[in-house]
Amino acid sequence: MLFCVGLYGVLRKRNIIKMIVGLGIMEYAMNLFFVLLGYRFHGRAPIDAKYQDILNMVDPLPQALVLTSIVIGLAVTALIISIAIRIYEKYGTFDITKIKKLKG
Amino acid sequence: MELYILLIFMICAAIVAIEVKDLLSSVIAVGAVGFALCLAFLILKAPDLAITQLVVEILCLIILIRATINKDLPLVIEGRWIFNTFSTLGFIAVFLLFSWLALKELPGFGEPIMAVVKKYLQEGVSKTGSVNIVTAVILDFRAYDTLGEATVLFTAVIGIMAILRRPGRKK
Amino acid sequence: MRQIEAFEGTHEIASGASRPRNDIYMIDNPKTGMTLIVKTITRLTVGLIMLFGIYIILHGHLSPGGGFAGGVIVALSFVHLMLAFGKDVAAARISKNMASNLESIGAMMFLFVALLGFLGGSFFLNVLNKGNPFNLFSAGTILLSNISIGIKVGVGLFAIFLALVILEKSSKKEL
Repeated sequence: MLFCVGLYGVLRKRNIIKMIVGLGIMEYAMNLFFVLLGYRFHGRAPIDAKYQDILNMVDPLPQALVLTSIVIGLAVTALIISIAIRIYEKYGTFDITKIKKLKG
Repeated sequence: MELYILLIFMICAAIVAIEVKDLLSSVIAVGAVGFALCLAFLILKAPDLAITQLVVEILCLIILIRATINKDLPLVIEGRWIFNTFSTLGFIAVFLLFSWLALKELPGFGEPIMAVVKKYLQEGVSKTGSVNIVTAVILDFRAYDTLGEATVLFTAVIGIMAILRRPGRKK
Repeated sequence: MRQIEAFEGTHEIASGASRPRNDIYMIDNPKTGMTLIVKTITRLTVGLIMLFGIYIILHGHLSPGGGFAGGVIVALSFVHLMLAFGKDVAAARISKNMASNLESIGAMMFLFVALLGFLGGSFFLNVLNKGNPFNLFSAGTILLSNISIGIKVGVGLFAIFLALVILEKSSKKEL
């Protein structure tokens, strides 16, 4: 459901910052979806303790993948923001219908 | 039960983040969505993810505020507005239909199929000696992925340094 | 300079009214950085934040955390220092060249730890000794991997922030 809101933001809005916000929301939705896949009712966190049994844990494999994905998402957002700063310096506006000249 | 309340809050905050005309308010709304996501990770019993998501959210907010400060927002609604809205809604409807068809194949919520992870869980502590199973997975069983992620971060840092460099003499 | 002052302006409104300032040290220059409240609190808590980040990196195999979250926390401590005191003070400590050098050292250390597994057999094998669990030195190569990833992530993110700040100072002079 969150994914649809993010998708609508990316497709529809014309301001570049709003597009970046929509991309960020889509990424949050995907991470949440992945972690939801591996949930077990009344499970335990995947850290072993001295006196608890093992087979009742939540799935640790999607958590490992999502941990990597969160940090990569930060790197991608930082790159896009830096490109947006460059675009603003060159064109003076954030509206993408005015940024039409591809040369110069 | 608490998960549904958090989900509704996240959807409302996301709609606010996109529809509001002011740039600073939408950045703060994205911060609220990220913070609610961190709480959702805590409810789903994933403490590593909660810590990482919290600090990454703080850095993301700092970078976003750096980009949107003092930049105005001229909002212009041009023609072809009705066609744009309908085509976007049609696209989203097609996407929802296909995703609903695909999501029926997944196992029910709360009973995961742990075919591979059973082996990891049973001999995780004895083979690697680390008590934290998630760290054992990303640093010992699947260390190639961590190497790939280190490469991605390195590339991102090099890319940003190359983009944001002053080119000396600008005419 | 106008953008940095406006940036500080929003933080100043958010962090309370401003008080009369006194210049005891050279760092307390009232023209750069933020108000006195923020500077005092930063001076007290930056060391604690960095210590907390190092703790999370080192205990990555015993309690939740690991290399990534700890590295980001260490980067946040540097960013906090730079936000509160103005960009000249922090840029004098860790310049851009040293930051990129440190990050390359971190990446190469990770590769070195990985290649160490060649002595055992395949690529990434865990070859150092494992003591009994729940000790600090009990997890073989995982400890060294955590430390190297923590250094790499922390310094890399701080280099990104330096690039963002140094750019806008020179860009406002051109326009």
